[in-house]
Amino acid sequence: MLVNQFLFLAALLFCIGVYGVVARKNAVLVLMSIELILNAVNLNFVAFALHNGNADGHTFALYIIAIAAAEVGVGLGLVLLIFRNRRTISLDDLSEMKG
Amino acid sequence: MIRSAEALQTLSSGWFLEHAWLIPIVPAIGFFIIILFGKKLPMKGSEIGLLSMFSSLVLAGGAAMQWIDRVNSGGKEQFIAPVVRTWNWWQVGGMKFTIGQSIDGLAVIVLVVVAFISTLVQLYSTEYLKGDRRYTHFFAALTLFSAGMLAMVVADDTILFLLGWEIMGLCSFMLIGHWWEDGANSRAALKAFFTVRTGDMGLLVGVAMLYFASNDWTTEHLGVSGFSIRGISAWALSGEPNSTVILVAAVALFIAAIGKSGQFPLHTWLPDAMAGPTPVSSLLHSSTMVVAGVFLVARLYPVFFTGFDILGTGGNFITVIGGITIVIAAALAFVQNDIKKVLAYSTVSQLGYMMLGLGAGAWLPAVFHIFTHAFFKACLFLGAGSISHSASHHSFDMKKDMGGLRKVMPITFTTWVISTLALCGVFPFSGFFSKDEIIDNVGHNGYQLFMIIGLIGAFMTAAYMTRATYLTFFGEARGASAGEHHDEHHDAHAPAHDDHDSHDAHDAHATDHADHGPHESGWRITLPLVLLAVLALSSGLLNATPFGEKWERIKTWVEPRAEVVMETAPGGPGHSNVLSIPAAAEEGHHDSPCGSETPEEGVCYAPQLQHAPFKWSKAMLSLGIVFLGIALSWLFSTLLYTRKDKRLVGLTERNGVLRAGYNLLINKYYLDALYENVIVKAIAGPIAAAAYWFNQNVLDGILHAVARVSRVFSGWVYRNIDQRVVDGTVNNSGKATKGAGGVLAPVQSGKVSQYGALLFSAAAVAALVLVIINS
Repeated sequence: MLVNQFLFLAALLFCIGVYGVVARKNAVLVLMSIELILNAVNLNFVAFALHNGNADGHTFALYIIAIAAAEVGVGLGLVLLIFRNRRTISLDDLSEMKG
Repeated sequence: MIRSAEALQTLSSGWFLEHAWLIPIVPAIGFFIIILFGKKLPMKGSEIGLLSMFSSLVLAGGAAMQWIDRVNSGGKEQFIAPVVRTWNWWQVGGMKFTIGQSIDGLAVIVLVVVAFISTLVQLYSTEYLKGDRRYTHFFAALTLFSAGMLAMVVADDTILFLLGWEIMGLCSFMLIGHWWEDGANSRAALKAFFTVRTGDMGLLVGVAMLYFASNDWTTEHLGVSGFSIRGISAWALSGEPNSTVILVAAVALFIAAIGKSGQFPLHTWLPDAMAGPTPVSSLLHSSTMVVAGVFLVARLYPVFFTGFDILGTGGNFITVIGGITIVIAAALAFVQNDIKKVLAYSTVSQLGYMMLGLGAGAWLPAVFHIFTHAFFKACLFLGAGSISHSASHHSFDMKKDMGGLRKVMPITFTTWVISTLALCGVFPFSGFFSKDEIIDNVGHNGYQLFMIIGLIGAFMTAAYMTRATYLTFFGEARGASAGEHHDEHHDAHAPAHDDHDSHDAHDAHATDHADHGPHESGWRITLPLVLLAVLALSSGLLNATPFGEKWERIKTWVEPRAEVVMETAPGGPGHSNVLSIPAAAEEGHHDSPCGSETPEEGVCYAPQLQHAPFKWSKAMLSLGIVFLGIALSWLFSTLLYTRKDKRLVGLTERNGVLRAGYNLLINKYYLDALYENVIVKAIAGPIAAAAYWFNQNVLDGILHAVARVSRVFSGWVYRNIDQRVVDGTVNNSGKATKGAGGVLAPVQSGKVSQYGALLFSAAAVAALVLVIINS
């Protein structure tokens, strides 16, 4: 079983996602990067499910896909509201939580 | 007689049939190339779109040739097995799902039509959208749109089918809202998307139901899962399924078809979809998107056949919806002044014919109508685009900006008239052979009432198309086509044309009027028109029932033969489906038990359908009705629009009954009002209010009670424990925290990305620790 290849791909996707979350200023791109991270995790689940020959991993992956869809729905809603209030979706301008 | 293994194996195949899955793949790859590199290419990505669609067309053409060979290599009544190739999509435990291609006559004919029309539309768009702001994105979406439709057509299973279906839904949203700067356009795109989604629920439900109902049977008998379209077809005709289950599944699937194919009552999105660029309307209305719903019914026909008991009744859900759609859409087409909206309602009405045909057991005529309708409707839409592009200055208003165009646009005029005659169903044109066959067969199968509705629809079609032709090409030139320019039309219809400002500046100087007056369009617009018009004229001859059996080529090539086939599940003896017993009757009228009774052994993939014998007397009746429609409408149009006859002008204002009818039509039967004001407001109003009330009274009540109790309790805690015990500790730790906080304060920058970086680095450190501990 070529689990290694799956894991390398997943790791690569995860790193790209993390880079996106940390380095990008655009809120929508950050949301997309979070999707990448989630799907990297999915890939791991499915790869191990295939490796171990049971369906649990697939089930997890399906759950994650469903929840990720909901997450994007909420996230985009937030972005939309932020944009309406401030005419920008740059995350650097949202620093009200500065301590 | 048992058809031997050799006899079945001699069915010829070929590279193009085996590799038909490439047909949707090529434009899909084209889409990615355009979206990623399109802007850097010399022709902004349009060359990739055109090239990939043309490759698809070549592949589809090759597949069609080889399919014809395959049909000819088999017996006359023999079931011609589709060319199936599948790949594992998902395998876990005992379950295995495959996706793949299944190429049969229906797939081949639709593949050719879709690839052909898509290629022409892309060619046309290179001229029509020249200088558009989102030229590259337009071609990307157009290419993906065709890829979605092609994927749906080659699909062997409902999974790939669903994928193609949804891709089309998404792309139609992008294309209708192409000029989204105008609020009306993006509203139309949203409306199309949501309306179609409403129907799409049905597809999901239907597919899931069919899977759970048929999976055991298909696994046992055919070795395929319950997602396989072949498996579902065979299951539906096996006599096995519970009649309620299959009825509900058929209704659910048909609801999806209603949404996609713009049938009553979900047809309201189609005319609004005219907000998109004209090439999109042409593609959307002729061969993709709206045909998808009809294709769904044709593809899973055994489900509908058994579910609605099509040959056993004189009316069912499909025919009722189809019949209503034919008449109400045709009536709406009379009051439209926008040339594209007339064509839109005409599409809705023609789709009604296809549904009616399918619902009444006229499978082949309905599929043939998809074929012919694609050519003449694409030609009409592209013709309307040609007029607005070159003559009426981006206006589509027939009454204000058109008229008398037949002299300045001879090619557009000729192709328009040919396609109009084909749409009306005049004799040698293609529409006659398909539409008349539908009407004829509907009557033959015992649906008398619906045959009459079909004839009324034919009359109305002839009348409203004559009105549109008269307003556009005859009479005196009006508005923009007379050389006037009204600026408001620029903005209303082509907001994203970059060359617009220069246009306006040009007009203001009024130096070069010849360039801007009405004129014939360039070759990239007229070439598709001419090709389509030739096909609108001649494609009917491919299945010319009136001329005898030799002319019924489409019937030979496309209609699945209802033969009982012995199938052995893979792994069993023989290892493939090599055994076949022919149908009972050897000669005379072919009569197979498929559909009428349950086959004892073996399976059927298609129900046995009958064809009405052609009679010139019946054809003459419908031709007479069509000519009557044309003549009456011509007379009326001349009197009303040119001579301004006193008795007709303003008739709708004077006569109460007519006024009421006119208002009903102008307001589109108030369906939009129903959807937007009643249903949407009902959800937004009372339900939201109820939720608010529940929130305020019930939830808050509980909250308040809890709060009151805890306030009493906390008062006691505060006096006795907090002040004495805790405070001492807190004061001390507070001092410590204040020191630490001063050090850590800069970390709380308020920047989300910094928090993210901290989070991830902490997680990375923790993971590292875990690895070290575990190793």
